[in-house]
Amino acid sequence: MKMTTKTTTQTTTTTTTKRVVCYINQFFAGMGGEEQAHVPPLVRPGAIGPAAQVQSLFGGEAKVVATVICGDSFYGEHLEAAREECVRMIGEFKPDVLMAGPAFNAGRYGVACGDVCAAVTEGLGIPAVTGMFSENPGVELYSPQVFIVKTADSARGMKDALGAMTSLARKLLGGAPLGAAEEEGYFSRGTRRNFFYETSGARRAVDMLLKKLAGTPFSTEYEMPVFKRITPAKPLENLEKATIALVSSGGIVPRGNPDHIRVSSAESYGIYDISGLDDLTPDEFESIHGGYDRVWANEDPDTVLPLDVMRELEKEGVFGKLYDHVFTTTGTGTAVAHAERFGREIGERLKRDGVDAVILTST
Amino acid sequence: MVREIENVAGIPVVQIATIVPIMLTVGANRIVPGVAIPHPVGDPTREGEGDRAVRRQLLERALKAIMTPIEEQTVFTS
Repeated sequence: MKMTTKTTTQTTTTTTTKRVVCYINQFFAGMGGEEQAHVPPLVRPGAIGPAAQVQSLFGGEAKVVATVICGDSFYGEHLEAAREECVRMIGEFKPDVLMAGPAFNAGRYGVACGDVCAAVTEGLGIPAVTGMFSENPGVELYSPQVFIVKTADSARGMKDALGAMTSLARKLLGGAPLGAAEEEGYFSRGTRRNFFYETSGARRAVDMLLKKLAGTPFSTEYEMPVFKRITPAKPLENLEKATIALVSSGGIVPRGNPDHIRVSSAESYGIYDISGLDDLTPDEFESIHGGYDRVWANEDPDTVLPLDVMRELEKEGVFGKLYDHVFTTTGTGTAVAHAERFGREIGERLKRDGVDAVILTST
Repeated sequence: MVREIENVAGIPVVQIATIVPIMLTVGANRIVPGVAIPHPVGDPTREGEGDRAVRRQLLERALKAIMTPIEEQTVFTS
Protein backbone atom coordinates (compact mmCIF):
# COMPACT_ATOMS: atom_id res chain seq x y z
CA MET A 1 0.00 0.00 0.00
CA LYS A 2 2.68 2.44 1.03
CA MET A 3 4.66 1.91 -2.11
CA THR A 4 1.66 2.61 -4.29
CA THR A 5 0.87 5.84 -2.50
CA LYS A 6 4.42 7.02 -2.79
CA THR A 7 4.58 6.36 -6.51
CA THR A 8 1.33 8.20 -7.13
CA THR A 9 2.50 11.24 -5.17
CA GLN A 10 5.75 11.45 -7.04
CA THR A 11 4.01 11.26 -10.36
CA THR A 12 1.66 14.05 -9.36
CA THR A 13 4.57 16.20 -8.22
CA THR A 14 6.25 16.07 -11.56
CA THR A 15 3.18 16.58 -13.70
CA THR A 16 1.06 19.21 -11.95
CA THR A 17 1.82 22.61 -10.53
CA LYS A 18 0.86 22.81 -6.88
CA ARG A 19 -1.47 25.56 -5.74
CA VAL A 20 -0.36 27.79 -2.88
CA VAL A 21 -2.39 30.33 -0.91
CA CYS A 22 -0.51 32.79 1.29
CA TYR A 23 -1.80 34.48 4.44
CA ILE A 24 -0.30 37.83 5.50
CA ASN A 25 -1.32 40.78 7.67
CA GLN A 26 -2.23 44.35 6.70
CA PHE A 27 1.33 45.55 7.20
CA PHE A 28 3.01 43.10 4.86
CA ALA A 29 0.20 43.65 2.36
CA GLY A 30 1.30 47.28 2.21
CA MET A 31 -2.02 48.57 3.51
CA GLY A 32 -0.63 50.28 6.59
CA GLY A 33 0.40 49.73 10.19
CA GLU A 34 -1.62 49.90 13.37
CA GLU A 35 -4.15 52.29 11.85
CA GLN A 36 -5.14 49.50 9.45
CA ALA A 37 -4.90 46.62 11.94
CA HIS A 38 -8.69 46.52 12.23
CA VAL A 39 -9.32 45.46 8.61
CA PRO A 40 -11.37 42.28 8.24
CA PRO A 41 -10.19 39.39 6.05
CA LEU A 42 -9.96 40.07 2.32
CA VAL A 43 -8.51 38.16 -0.56
CA ARG A 44 -6.37 39.24 -3.52
CA PRO A 45 -5.61 37.06 -6.52
CA GLY A 46 -1.96 36.14 -6.97
CA ALA A 47 1.02 36.89 -4.74
CA ILE A 48 1.05 40.05 -2.59
CA GLY A 49 4.01 41.24 -0.46
CA PRO A 50 6.21 38.39 0.80
CA ALA A 51 4.05 35.98 -1.20
CA ALA A 52 5.82 37.25 -4.33
CA GLN A 53 9.08 35.93 -2.91
CA VAL A 54 7.39 32.64 -2.05
CA GLN A 55 6.38 32.43 -5.72
CA SER A 56 9.92 32.94 -6.96
CA LEU A 57 11.29 30.39 -4.47
CA PHE A 58 8.85 27.76 -5.69
CA GLY A 59 9.68 28.56 -9.30
CA GLY A 60 7.56 26.49 -11.66
CA GLU A 61 6.76 23.85 -9.04
CA ALA A 62 3.94 25.79 -7.48
CA LYS A 63 1.80 28.82 -8.13
CA VAL A 64 0.64 31.32 -5.52
CA VAL A 65 -2.99 31.53 -6.60
CA ALA A 66 -4.17 33.99 -3.95
CA THR A 67 -3.15 35.99 -0.89
CA VAL A 68 -5.52 36.30 2.06
CA ILE A 69 -4.97 39.42 4.15
CA CYS A 70 -6.33 40.22 7.60
CA GLY A 71 -5.62 42.99 10.11
CA ASP A 72 -3.84 41.68 13.20
CA SER A 73 -6.21 43.34 15.65
CA PHE A 74 -9.23 42.12 13.74
CA TYR A 75 -8.00 38.54 13.91
CA GLY A 76 -7.10 38.82 17.58
CA GLU A 77 -10.38 40.43 18.58
CA HIS A 78 -12.68 38.29 16.45
CA LEU A 79 -10.82 35.02 16.57
CA GLU A 80 -13.67 32.76 15.56
CA ALA A 81 -15.18 35.00 12.89
CA ALA A 82 -11.77 35.75 11.37
CA ARG A 83 -10.78 32.09 11.39
CA GLU A 84 -14.01 31.03 9.73
CA GLU A 85 -13.82 33.69 7.04
CA CYS A 86 -10.14 33.08 6.28
CA VAL A 87 -10.63 29.32 5.99
CA ARG A 88 -13.59 29.90 3.67
CA MET A 89 -11.59 32.30 1.46
CA ILE A 90 -8.58 29.99 1.39
CA GLY A 91 -10.74 26.93 0.66
CA GLU A 92 -12.28 28.57 -2.40
CA PHE A 93 -8.91 28.51 -4.14
CA LYS A 94 -8.50 24.77 -3.51
CA PRO A 95 -4.84 25.09 -2.50
CA ASP A 96 -2.43 22.22 -1.86
CA VAL A 97 -0.64 24.16 0.87
CA LEU A 98 -1.06 27.32 2.97
CA MET A 99 1.93 29.54 3.71
CA ALA A 100 1.29 32.05 6.53
CA GLY A 101 3.50 34.94 7.62
CA PRO A 102 6.31 34.72 8.62
CA ALA A 103 5.31 36.60 11.77
CA PHE A 104 8.79 36.97 13.36
CA ASN A 105 8.22 38.33 16.88
CA ALA A 106 4.88 40.03 16.21
CA GLY A 107 2.56 38.52 18.81
CA ARG A 108 -0.86 39.12 17.32
CA TYR A 109 0.38 38.25 13.83
CA GLY A 110 1.94 35.06 15.23
CA VAL A 111 -1.29 34.02 16.87
CA ALA A 112 -3.22 34.76 13.66
CA CYS A 113 -0.75 32.76 11.53
CA GLY A 114 -0.76 29.83 13.96
CA ASP A 115 -4.52 29.87 14.24
CA VAL A 116 -5.22 30.05 10.52
CA CYS A 117 -2.68 27.27 9.86
CA ALA A 118 -4.23 25.02 12.52
CA ALA A 119 -7.74 25.69 11.19
CA VAL A 120 -6.76 25.07 7.56
CA THR A 121 -4.90 21.87 8.42
CA GLU A 122 -7.91 20.59 10.29
CA GLY A 123 -10.68 22.02 8.13
CA LEU A 124 -9.25 21.66 4.63
CA GLY A 125 -6.93 18.75 5.28
CA ILE A 126 -3.94 20.38 3.61
CA PRO A 127 -0.51 21.11 5.09
CA ALA A 128 0.22 24.61 6.36
CA VAL A 129 3.53 26.28 7.16
CA THR A 130 4.30 29.47 9.03
CA GLY A 131 7.41 31.01 10.57
CA MET A 132 8.04 32.73 13.91
CA PHE A 133 10.71 33.85 16.35
CA SER A 134 11.06 31.50 19.35
CA GLU A 135 9.51 33.98 21.80
CA ASN A 136 6.43 34.69 19.72
CA PRO A 137 3.42 33.57 21.83
CA GLY A 138 2.11 31.84 18.70
CA VAL A 139 4.89 29.25 19.07
CA GLU A 140 3.73 28.05 22.46
CA LEU A 141 0.09 28.10 21.41
CA TYR A 142 0.31 26.43 18.04
CA SER A 143 3.58 24.49 17.72
CA PRO A 144 1.92 21.21 18.74
CA GLN A 145 -0.45 21.41 15.75
CA VAL A 146 1.32 23.56 13.19
CA PHE A 147 4.63 23.51 11.31
CA ILE A 148 6.30 26.70 12.54
CA VAL A 149 9.73 27.39 11.05
CA LYS A 150 12.23 29.10 13.35
CA THR A 151 12.92 32.66 12.19
CA ALA A 152 14.76 35.77 13.33
CA ASP A 153 12.91 38.29 15.49
CA SER A 154 12.29 40.82 12.73
CA ALA A 155 11.69 41.13 9.01
CA ARG A 156 15.46 41.41 8.50
CA GLY A 157 15.30 37.63 8.54
CA MET A 158 12.68 37.49 5.77
CA LYS A 159 14.86 35.86 3.15
CA ASP A 160 16.00 32.99 5.36
CA ALA A 161 12.53 32.53 6.82
CA LEU A 162 10.85 32.24 3.44
CA GLY A 163 13.59 29.92 2.19
CA ALA A 164 13.10 27.56 5.14
CA MET A 165 9.31 27.75 4.92
CA THR A 166 9.32 26.97 1.21
CA SER A 167 11.72 24.09 1.62
CA LEU A 168 9.53 22.60 4.36
CA ALA A 169 6.39 23.15 2.28
CA ARG A 170 8.02 21.30 -0.63
CA LYS A 171 8.58 18.27 1.57
CA LEU A 172 5.05 18.41 2.93
CA LEU A 173 3.77 18.50 -0.64
CA GLY A 174 5.33 15.11 -1.13
CA GLY A 175 8.63 16.04 -2.70
CA ALA A 176 10.87 14.38 -0.11
CA PRO A 177 10.54 12.63 3.25
CA LEU A 178 10.29 14.90 6.26
CA GLY A 179 13.14 14.77 8.78
CA ALA A 180 13.09 15.49 12.50
CA ALA A 181 12.01 18.97 13.64
CA GLU A 182 15.56 19.96 14.53
CA GLU A 183 16.93 19.00 11.12
CA GLU A 184 14.12 20.69 9.24
CA GLY A 185 14.30 23.87 11.31
CA TYR A 186 10.78 23.97 12.70
CA PHE A 187 9.56 23.95 16.32
CA SER A 188 8.96 20.41 17.55
CA ARG A 189 5.32 19.42 17.45
CA GLY A 190 5.99 16.88 20.17
CA THR A 191 5.24 13.95 17.86
CA ARG A 192 7.48 10.92 17.64
CA ARG A 193 7.91 8.62 14.70
CA ASN A 194 9.03 5.03 15.08
CA PHE A 195 12.09 3.86 13.24
CA PHE A 196 14.85 1.31 13.70
CA TYR A 197 18.30 2.23 14.98
CA GLU A 198 21.36 0.28 14.01
CA THR A 199 22.42 0.03 17.64
CA SER A 200 20.45 -1.15 20.65
CA GLY A 201 18.97 1.14 23.31
CA ALA A 202 21.54 -0.04 25.86
CA ARG A 203 24.40 0.82 23.54
CA ARG A 204 22.97 4.26 22.77
CA ALA A 205 22.36 4.99 26.46
CA VAL A 206 25.96 4.15 27.32
CA ASP A 207 27.24 6.25 24.41
CA MET A 208 25.14 9.14 25.65
CA LEU A 209 26.43 8.73 29.19
CA LEU A 210 30.03 8.68 28.00
CA LYS A 211 29.45 11.89 26.05
CA LYS A 212 27.88 13.47 29.10
CA LEU A 213 30.82 12.42 31.31
CA ALA A 214 33.26 13.79 28.74
CA GLY A 215 31.34 17.06 28.65
CA THR A 216 30.67 16.79 24.92
CA PRO A 217 27.28 17.63 23.37
CA PHE A 218 24.64 14.91 23.16
CA SER A 219 20.94 14.90 22.50
CA THR A 220 18.37 12.99 24.47
CA GLU A 221 15.98 10.63 22.75
CA TYR A 222 13.19 11.50 25.12
CA GLU A 223 12.82 15.09 26.20
CA MET A 224 11.18 15.79 29.51
CA PRO A 225 8.62 18.59 29.58
CA VAL A 226 9.75 21.79 31.25
CA PHE A 227 7.19 23.08 33.74
CA LYS A 228 6.77 26.67 34.73
CA ARG A 229 6.46 28.17 38.16
CA ILE A 230 4.16 30.97 39.20
CA THR A 231 4.07 33.21 42.26
CA PRO A 232 1.59 31.81 44.79
CA ALA A 233 -1.76 33.60 44.85
CA LYS A 234 -2.63 35.59 47.95
CA PRO A 235 -4.50 33.62 50.62
CA LEU A 236 -8.19 34.11 51.33
CA GLU A 237 -8.98 36.39 54.22
CA ASN A 238 -12.60 35.55 54.75
CA LEU A 239 -13.41 31.89 54.40
CA GLU A 240 -16.96 32.30 55.71
CA LYS A 241 -17.90 34.30 52.63
CA ALA A 242 -15.79 32.46 50.09
CA THR A 243 -17.07 30.48 47.11
CA ILE A 244 -14.92 27.41 46.58
CA ALA A 245 -14.84 25.19 43.49
CA LEU A 246 -13.94 21.52 43.23
CA VAL A 247 -11.78 20.37 40.30
CA SER A 248 -10.34 16.91 39.77
CA SER A 249 -8.11 15.02 37.40
CA GLY A 250 -9.25 11.79 39.04
CA GLY A 251 -11.72 10.88 36.29
CA ILE A 252 -15.01 11.04 38.24
CA VAL A 253 -17.84 11.60 35.74
CA PRO A 254 -21.59 10.97 35.57
CA ARG A 255 -22.26 7.30 34.79
CA GLY A 256 -21.82 6.52 31.12
CA ASN A 257 -19.25 9.32 30.64
CA PRO A 258 -21.64 11.55 28.65
CA ASP A 259 -18.85 13.81 27.33
CA HIS A 260 -16.69 10.89 26.19
CA ILE A 261 -13.64 12.05 28.11
CA ARG A 262 -10.77 9.77 27.23
CA VAL A 263 -9.65 7.31 29.90
CA SER A 264 -6.08 8.41 29.32
CA SER A 265 -4.31 11.08 27.24
CA ALA A 266 -7.40 13.25 27.73
CA GLU A 267 -8.02 16.08 25.34
CA SER A 268 -11.12 17.39 27.12
CA TYR A 269 -12.73 17.83 30.52
CA GLY A 270 -16.33 17.81 31.73
CA ILE A 271 -18.31 20.42 33.64
CA TYR A 272 -21.06 18.92 35.82
CA ASP A 273 -23.80 20.58 37.82
CA ILE A 274 -23.68 19.44 41.44
CA SER A 275 -25.89 22.19 42.86
CA GLY A 276 -28.59 19.74 43.99
CA LEU A 277 -26.27 17.02 45.26
CA ASP A 278 -25.00 16.25 48.76
CA ASP A 279 -23.14 13.10 47.86
CA LEU A 280 -21.65 11.40 44.78
CA THR A 281 -23.30 7.99 44.68
CA PRO A 282 -22.09 5.03 42.63
CA ASP A 283 -25.52 4.96 40.99
CA GLU A 284 -24.92 8.33 39.40
CA PHE A 285 -21.14 8.71 39.18
CA GLU A 286 -18.20 6.53 38.26
CA SER A 287 -14.48 6.76 37.61
CA ILE A 288 -13.27 6.35 34.04
CA HIS A 289 -9.61 7.06 34.85
CA GLY A 290 -7.30 4.61 33.08
CA GLY A 291 -4.34 5.08 35.41
CA TYR A 292 -5.37 3.65 38.78
CA ASP A 293 -7.45 0.84 40.26
CA ARG A 294 -10.99 2.19 40.21
CA VAL A 295 -12.50 -0.23 42.73
CA TRP A 296 -12.69 2.28 45.61
CA ALA A 297 -13.60 5.26 43.46
CA ASN A 298 -16.48 3.31 41.97
CA GLU A 299 -17.69 2.23 45.41
CA ASP A 300 -17.60 5.83 46.65
CA PRO A 301 -16.66 8.56 44.15
CA ASP A 302 -16.30 11.00 47.09
CA THR A 303 -12.96 9.36 47.90
CA VAL A 304 -11.64 11.08 44.76
CA LEU A 305 -13.99 14.06 44.36
CA PRO A 306 -14.99 14.94 47.93
CA LEU A 307 -18.43 16.45 47.42
CA ASP A 308 -20.06 14.96 50.52
CA VAL A 309 -17.72 16.53 53.07
CA MET A 310 -17.46 19.80 51.14
CA ARG A 311 -21.23 20.07 51.34
CA GLU A 312 -21.08 19.29 55.05
CA LEU A 313 -18.49 22.02 55.64
CA GLU A 314 -20.58 24.44 53.58
CA LYS A 315 -23.71 23.68 55.63
CA GLU A 316 -21.78 24.18 58.86
CA GLY A 317 -20.74 27.60 57.59
CA VAL A 318 -17.01 26.79 57.58
CA PHE A 319 -16.89 28.40 54.15
CA GLY A 320 -19.47 30.41 52.21
CA LYS A 321 -20.57 28.44 49.18
CA LEU A 322 -19.58 25.47 47.10
CA TYR A 323 -19.45 26.48 43.41
CA ASP A 324 -22.35 24.80 41.65
CA HIS A 325 -20.29 22.94 39.04
CA VAL A 326 -17.33 20.58 39.21
CA PHE A 327 -14.67 20.21 36.52
CA THR A 328 -13.18 16.80 35.88
CA THR A 329 -10.78 15.10 33.52
CA THR A 330 -8.43 12.11 33.55
CA GLY A 331 -4.87 13.03 34.40
CA THR A 332 -2.91 10.13 32.98
CA GLY A 333 -0.73 10.51 29.94
CA THR A 334 -2.39 13.87 29.41
CA ALA A 335 -0.27 16.19 27.27
CA VAL A 336 1.02 19.19 29.19
CA ALA A 337 -0.35 21.52 26.52
CA HIS A 338 -3.85 20.09 26.98
CA ALA A 339 -3.65 20.22 30.77
CA GLU A 340 -2.55 23.84 30.58
CA ARG A 341 -5.43 24.67 28.28
CA PHE A 342 -7.93 22.98 30.63
CA GLY A 343 -6.46 25.06 33.45
CA ARG A 344 -6.69 28.31 31.50
CA GLU A 345 -10.28 27.70 30.45
CA ILE A 346 -11.39 26.61 33.91
CA GLY A 347 -9.51 29.55 35.44
CA GLU A 348 -11.25 32.02 33.15
CA ARG A 349 -14.67 30.65 33.99
CA LEU A 350 -14.00 30.65 37.74
CA LYS A 351 -12.72 34.21 37.56
CA ARG A 352 -15.80 35.29 35.63
CA ASP A 353 -18.07 33.64 38.20
CA GLY A 354 -16.30 35.18 41.17
CA VAL A 355 -14.96 31.96 42.67
CA ASP A 356 -12.47 32.67 45.47
CA ALA A 357 -10.48 29.45 45.73
CA VAL A 358 -10.15 25.94 44.32
CA ILE A 359 -9.55 22.52 45.79
CA LEU A 360 -8.16 20.23 43.10
CA THR A 361 -7.80 16.52 43.71
CA SER A 362 -5.58 14.23 41.65
CA THR A 363 -4.94 10.53 41.66
CA MET B 1 -3.89 22.45 35.21
CA VAL B 2 -3.41 23.56 38.84
CA ARG B 3 -0.89 26.20 37.90
CA GLU B 4 -2.89 27.64 35.02
CA ILE B 5 -6.10 27.89 37.07
CA GLU B 6 -4.20 29.82 39.74
CA ASN B 7 -2.43 31.89 37.11
CA VAL B 8 -5.50 32.86 35.10
CA ALA B 9 -8.02 33.25 37.93
CA GLY B 10 -5.52 34.77 40.36
CA ILE B 11 -7.01 32.74 43.23
CA PRO B 12 -5.40 30.20 45.57
CA VAL B 13 -5.61 26.61 44.33
CA VAL B 14 -4.73 23.79 46.68
CA GLN B 15 -3.96 20.40 45.23
CA ILE B 16 -4.61 17.20 47.13
CA ALA B 17 -2.84 14.18 45.66
CA THR B 18 -0.50 11.49 46.79
CA ILE B 19 2.71 11.90 44.82
CA VAL B 20 4.16 15.12 46.21
CA PRO B 21 7.14 15.31 43.78
CA ILE B 22 4.72 15.39 40.82
CA MET B 23 2.74 18.24 42.37
CA LEU B 24 5.99 20.12 42.96
CA THR B 25 7.04 19.46 39.35
CA VAL B 26 3.82 20.66 37.75
CA GLY B 27 3.98 23.85 39.76
CA ALA B 28 1.26 23.49 42.43
CA ASN B 29 1.86 26.10 45.13
CA ARG B 30 -0.34 24.80 47.93
CA ILE B 31 -0.01 21.05 48.36
CA VAL B 32 -1.81 18.67 50.71
CA PRO B 33 -0.59 15.06 50.54
CA GLY B 34 -3.47 12.63 50.01
CA VAL B 35 -4.12 9.16 51.39
CA ALA B 36 -3.37 6.94 48.38
CA ILE B 37 -3.33 7.21 44.60
CA PRO B 38 -6.72 5.50 43.99
CA HIS B 39 -8.44 7.32 46.89
CA PRO B 40 -6.65 10.59 47.62
CA VAL B 41 -9.38 11.99 49.88
CA GLY B 42 -10.65 8.94 51.67
CA ASP B 43 -9.59 5.73 53.32
CA PRO B 44 -11.95 2.92 52.39
CA THR B 45 -9.99 0.52 54.57
CA ARG B 46 -11.60 2.31 57.50
CA GLU B 47 -15.25 1.52 57.88
CA GLY B 48 -17.95 4.14 57.26
CA GLU B 49 -17.29 7.17 59.44
CA GLY B 50 -13.54 6.57 59.55
CA ASP B 51 -13.30 7.13 55.80
CA ARG B 52 -15.32 10.31 56.07
CA ALA B 53 -13.26 11.56 59.01
CA VAL B 54 -10.07 11.26 56.99
CA ARG B 55 -11.68 13.17 54.14
CA ARG B 56 -12.82 15.91 56.49
CA GLN B 57 -9.38 16.23 58.02
CA LEU B 58 -7.74 16.61 54.60
CA LEU B 59 -10.31 19.17 53.41
CA GLU B 60 -9.93 21.21 56.60
CA ARG B 61 -6.20 21.13 55.96
CA ALA B 62 -6.80 22.29 52.39
CA LEU B 63 -8.96 25.18 53.64
CA LYS B 64 -6.20 26.10 56.07
CA ALA B 65 -3.74 26.10 53.15
CA ILE B 66 -6.02 28.43 51.22
CA MET B 67 -5.94 30.85 54.20
CA THR B 68 -2.16 30.68 54.66
CA PRO B 69 0.15 33.26 53.08
CA ILE B 70 3.07 31.56 51.32
CA GLU B 71 6.06 32.78 49.35
CA GLU B 72 6.93 29.52 47.63
CA GLN B 73 5.60 26.02 46.97
CA THR B 74 4.47 24.67 50.32
CA VAL B 75 3.47 21.18 51.45
CA PHE B 76 0.87 21.22 54.23
CA THR B 77 1.23 18.07 56.30
CA SER B 78 -0.68 19.27 59.34
